[in-house]
Amino acid sequence: MPTDEVRILTPTGMLGYGFPLEWFRKGLDMRPDVITVDSGSTDSGPQKLGLGAMTCSPEAYLKDISVLLEAAAGRKVPVYISSAGGDGTDAHLDVFFDMVHQISRERGYHFRAASIGGSIDKDLIRRRMKEGRVHSLDGTPPLTEEEVAAASNIVAQMGVEPFLTALERYGKLDLIITGRSYDPSPTAAACIRRGMDPALAWHMGKIMECGALCAEPVGRCIFGFMHRDYFELEPLNPAERCTCASVAAHTLYEKPHPFHLRGPGGMLDLSDCTYEQVTDRRVRVSGSRFIPEEHYTVKLEGAKCVGFRTIAIQGARDPAFIRAIDQLTREIENRVRTAYFPDVPADKYQIVFHLYGKNGVMGDLEPDMESQPKELCVITEVAAVSQELANSICGRIRTDLLHAPYPGRIATAGNCGSPVTPLEIPLGEVCKFNVYHLMEVDTPIEPFPIKYVEI
Amino acid sequence: MPGERRLREIAKVVRSKNSGPFQVTFDVIFASNEDFRRVRDSGVVTRALVARLYRISENEIVTFGFFERINAIKITIPRRNPQGSIGETDMHACQQHVPLAEIAIPWTKEAA
Repeated sequence: MPTDEVRILTPTGMLGYGFPLEWFRKGLDMRPDVITVDSGSTDSGPQKLGLGAMTCSPEAYLKDISVLLEAAAGRKVPVYISSAGGDGTDAHLDVFFDMVHQISRERGYHFRAASIGGSIDKDLIRRRMKEGRVHSLDGTPPLTEEEVAAASNIVAQMGVEPFLTALERYGKLDLIITGRSYDPSPTAAACIRRGMDPALAWHMGKIMECGALCAEPVGRCIFGFMHRDYFELEPLNPAERCTCASVAAHTLYEKPHPFHLRGPGGMLDLSDCTYEQVTDRRVRVSGSRFIPEEHYTVKLEGAKCVGFRTIAIQGARDPAFIRAIDQLTREIENRVRTAYFPDVPADKYQIVFHLYGKNGVMGDLEPDMESQPKELCVITEVAAVSQELANSICGRIRTDLLHAPYPGRIATAGNCGSPVTPLEIPLGEVCKFNVYHLMEVDTPIEPFPIKYVEI
Repeated sequence: MPGERRLREIAKVVRSKNSGPFQVTFDVIFASNEDFRRVRDSGVVTRALVARLYRISENEIVTFGFFERINAIKITIPRRNPQGSIGETDMHACQQHVPLAEIAIPWTKEAA
């Protein structure tokens, strides 16, 4: 049964950030075939994956998921949610399903659902490494056994195939929730499932995964219309417009290249796309191409803990102190290493001075190192093998910054002001992305377990 | 300087952002094709400039291009350190555009 149009509603670019119900309901009235929402991101750093923390609070997810389930139950529109909890680990997939069960129990909903895991078995990765089928990405060093062992969590971005397999196996599904997924996959899968061109499906998914970020002004809720030879996009808030320029420029955002987008199984090539203004607010896109890769790969993401961190925040106003800061921090670090903690091996801790007012944001890329600021904020960051060591080193540095002499000192009671207590702030574990590699798979569904869930 | 304008005064958008945890990417988007062409044809924004501003070698640059269809310059380079670990100063790499935005482009009325 060929379909001429697939209608997709995406209420937001990030589940858990909330979305305007007025425009979401307007989208529901436009009879979508599927609602798709991504919740994945590595944007807030390795801490989430390394420590198993979710991007948003449970309350925030619960609120958004409640609204989506109401649509799934009341309007009979299937809902696809990808990258549960942000990092897309199996633990967060369980959290999302617990929420679905809880809401459904309270409201008497019943769903046919599929769960697709995104955490990757380390033994599979080790086997693939031995076979030479794990490759560096974006300049990462070759993956080693040590890094795989050290990673707290490793996930991989799934493509459309796990979604399609779930739909083939279990027939009509009200709900698909997945672990880590390539952000466009839910939308692309919904279109490809209905026989549409994969290249257009990936392209529309790539834009819609950000909600109405492609609109002017930037918005949340967006509606996509997939046709045989083109797709169209329109934001749901009438104050927002999609324009040829805004839609074409969207693929610049957070991507290494505006027209070449690598994803699971291949590359989307937008070099020859055409953009047409259909209405004042709606744009038609055609000409997207998808170039399959020879060996299907998925992107692995992993993070490990690299120590414990403590910071101190201090502010200075005295011009003589501010002038002396570089010399002072050098001397203090030297005293820490040789006088205060001579017994602690140098590789057990790191000291970083963040000098706000000078180069706190740009670090050694700061082009203007001549200006003398009126005030200076010093954030002393100490990372060490234990929280206790980080605390004590940070404490010594803080008191040295407070009391150490410097050329031209006239204020002998204290060098800088402290805004908060505790004066040294323990931050707990600090993480690092240590797996960011492409892994070849035997089949695109191989590492992603697919389960039917009756709710 | 008379006869000069900074990129930040010419472009509609000059921004930087992570492109994954190991790269930072820059978008310079112009409101008009005329502005885009004048900057491109000035010859000021080059791979050598990017290498100098961000202290990398030219062959480390991942993407450098003038994309006329979207009136934009796209530049992608390696991040100095993987995102969000010890010593991070800009988690989202969203303030790294400033050295680029401050670049002066020869700009006279006649140039149009």
